[in-house]
Amino acid sequence: MDFTDTPAEAAFREQARDFIAANAPHYLAEHLAKSGFGHTNTGEHDALSEAKKWQRTKAQAGWACLQWPTEFGGRGASPIENVIWSQEEGLYSRLTGTFIIGQGMCAPTLMAFADPSHNTRLLPKLASGEEVWCQLFSEPHGGSDLAGLRTKAEKDGDEWLVNGQKIWTSGAQHSDYGLLITRTDATVAKHKGLTMFFLDMKSPGVRIVPIKQANGNSEFNEVYFENVRIPDDQRVGGVGEGWRVAITTLMNERMAIGGSIATGFPEILEWAQSAQLNGRPALEDPNVKSKLADWYVKAAGLKNNASRQITTLSKGGLPGPENSMGKLVAGNMMQDIAKFALDLQGLSGVLVDPSVAEGAARFQAMLLRSPAVRIEGGTDQILRNIIGERVLGLPEDMRADKGIAFSDIPTSAL
Amino acid sequence: MNFDFSDDQKLLADQVKRYLDDNCGMDRVRQVLTGSPRMAQDVWEGLARMGLLGTAVPESYGGAGAGYAELCLVAQQLGAHIAPVPFGSTVYLVAEALLLWGSQAQQEYWLPQICAGTVKGALATVESVGQLTPGQIHAEVVNGALCGKKVVVTDGGVADLYLVMAKHGDQLSLFLVERAAQVDVLNVDSVDLSRDVAQVNFQNAPAQLLVAQGWNALEVLQNRAAVLYAFEQLGGAQRALDMAVAYAQERFAFGRAIGSFQAIKHMLADMFVSLKLAESNCYYAAWALANNTADLPLAAATARVSATQAFQLCAKDNIQVHGGMGFTWEFDCHLYYRRSNYLALELGSLSEWEARLVEALPRVENI
Repeated sequence: MDFTDTPAEAAFREQARDFIAANAPHYLAEHLAKSGFGHTNTGEHDALSEAKKWQRTKAQAGWACLQWPTEFGGRGASPIENVIWSQEEGLYSRLTGTFIIGQGMCAPTLMAFADPSHNTRLLPKLASGEEVWCQLFSEPHGGSDLAGLRTKAEKDGDEWLVNGQKIWTSGAQHSDYGLLITRTDATVAKHKGLTMFFLDMKSPGVRIVPIKQANGNSEFNEVYFENVRIPDDQRVGGVGEGWRVAITTLMNERMAIGGSIATGFPEILEWAQSAQLNGRPALEDPNVKSKLADWYVKAAGLKNNASRQITTLSKGGLPGPENSMGKLVAGNMMQDIAKFALDLQGLSGVLVDPSVAEGAARFQAMLLRSPAVRIEGGTDQILRNIIGERVLGLPEDMRADKGIAFSDIPTSAL
Repeated sequence: MNFDFSDDQKLLADQVKRYLDDNCGMDRVRQVLTGSPRMAQDVWEGLARMGLLGTAVPESYGGAGAGYAELCLVAQQLGAHIAPVPFGSTVYLVAEALLLWGSQAQQEYWLPQICAGTVKGALATVESVGQLTPGQIHAEVVNGALCGKKVVVTDGGVADLYLVMAKHGDQLSLFLVERAAQVDVLNVDSVDLSRDVAQVNFQNAPAQLLVAQGWNALEVLQNRAAVLYAFEQLGGAQRALDMAVAYAQERFAFGRAIGSFQAIKHMLADMFVSLKLAESNCYYAAWALANNTADLPLAAATARVSATQAFQLCAKDNIQVHGGMGFTWEFDCHLYYRRSNYLALELGSLSEWEARLVEALPRVENI
């Protein structure tokens, strides 16, 4: 066991550090450090334009999308170099949220399935942040059961005519392109009648409506399609192969490691170290100790597990489905932590006004946002299924929709 | 970064696994449940022949001179097999205490015998019901003679050499006491019937001082041993999970394998997550122990707490997955359940380790 860099890794880290020292938007550092949960703080500067600017700066010097081939705007770097970059980018990686879905999920799918002529045209602009992409997968009737989606695409000459609705699309309002999965054949089994496309989000018939979330914010959108025309050459993969293409997209979610997943632990520790309980330091309370210890071993376990994944990457391996546990652990933990922090605050815990609530209402923000962490990108239940079936090798649950045509599958009343 | 055991270390683990698979299967474990003493002498001798008792002991004292990362992997295999041998008491506690504080004469006398398997050790601290505190200890050494009764001594019935916490003047110290006529040993049953447990009454037994600041020394010793016991817990947790997964795949109810029911599947997924978190924490602690890092107390407590959680969860839900069969004497589930609950207390209970963990946490700005 050895936590030090190899000489080559150390040299690469040095290069990355030098670039960041010379080029990062240091004027934003103070604001970024104060970014709350699910919010990128850029102070008086516009978050989107600052994000695009940093991305362009990186791309021009070969520090964007490090693992991509150079002809697509990347650096041709190894997975471990990518991890080193993420570690060094640190605070400034908070500016990259806008691009994660496009660069982390859409791009690998395009590289695997799209026409090369599209890729040489589209990917460099995705790498440089000039164009933003979103992913149009979830539907009101196809969340966990993604393959149950209903948005319909019908062939019309050299084009496809798309009608339907997507939901929970992050960043749709400032996206230039979207990766869209549709149903092209309802007469075959549900996984077999799907086809993937990419489309210009400014196409006529595309309507974007922000969702007002349970916590009052609007990070996600509904996207409606009304007779939207997509040229057949924007099909990604074969007709009826959409499920295989979508799996590639979703598998790439797992590759996004190296950064750390928010758990709320540093916040609760800081609070517990300063808070009082019954006139004594809260840390002296056995119940507080027990909970802190439990959360710490989970947070440490995730961090140490990430080190093992990085080791796997550096040996040329790929992270496996066991990494589904990261969000499963972190989401529940954050919700528990928020609840406990409010408990320690007594009735003051009800306050959400940042000007009066403890810590600018950080725990209240966690309380109200954490239910979504346990749902987005795979619910706790789906993640447990993945661990059970793909890691432990347990048999699939019985399905009422297996082997029958999509149009014959029982559905809830509309 | 290379956060993994080396190929040589994995090879050693595999050798230990094969030896225990062949010589310490569940049939062998079951033989000691009703026997006396509750240990497998043949397995003990086999481990000695393989040089495993001295894995981390320098060659000059008859050890293998490997290291603590290697010893962690040996511990993991012993835990997986719930081996009925006084390995922890002898190796993680008594040999380790000799290495830390023994005089050259004490080391030269005892360590080669420990490595050869001819001397077994036991730690004797507890004198009454309740978590161990300095005030609980009344045993006392006066003019080199120990008087006092220790009521729960793991491996106390088979030990040749006791590491005893006793009053000495105005402080608590750790002493070495040989099994002799002045040492009265009474075996007692514990929750884990594959462990030898005894009450040991010392009546003017000759005692050699090992370390004067006994209470502080015990904490240092426990921090090191916690990592090794955590690997035993990890091995046991993995085996309990494996048993549960295998049963969920082969047992049918309502016309289907019970592992296809999400109620079962999700329970098994939670067992896996708990185990994986503990495993990663144990790996870090192995590194901290092998390199004697400054954060060993935190790393050890972290490994200890998460490995205790993981083994207790996996062992209890292994019974649940097995249903009624899991509550029979015939099925092995209870042996792991018993061991998980013994190990959870062996080095101090979970709440004590939670408190130690929180004390070892850095101020938040350093995280």
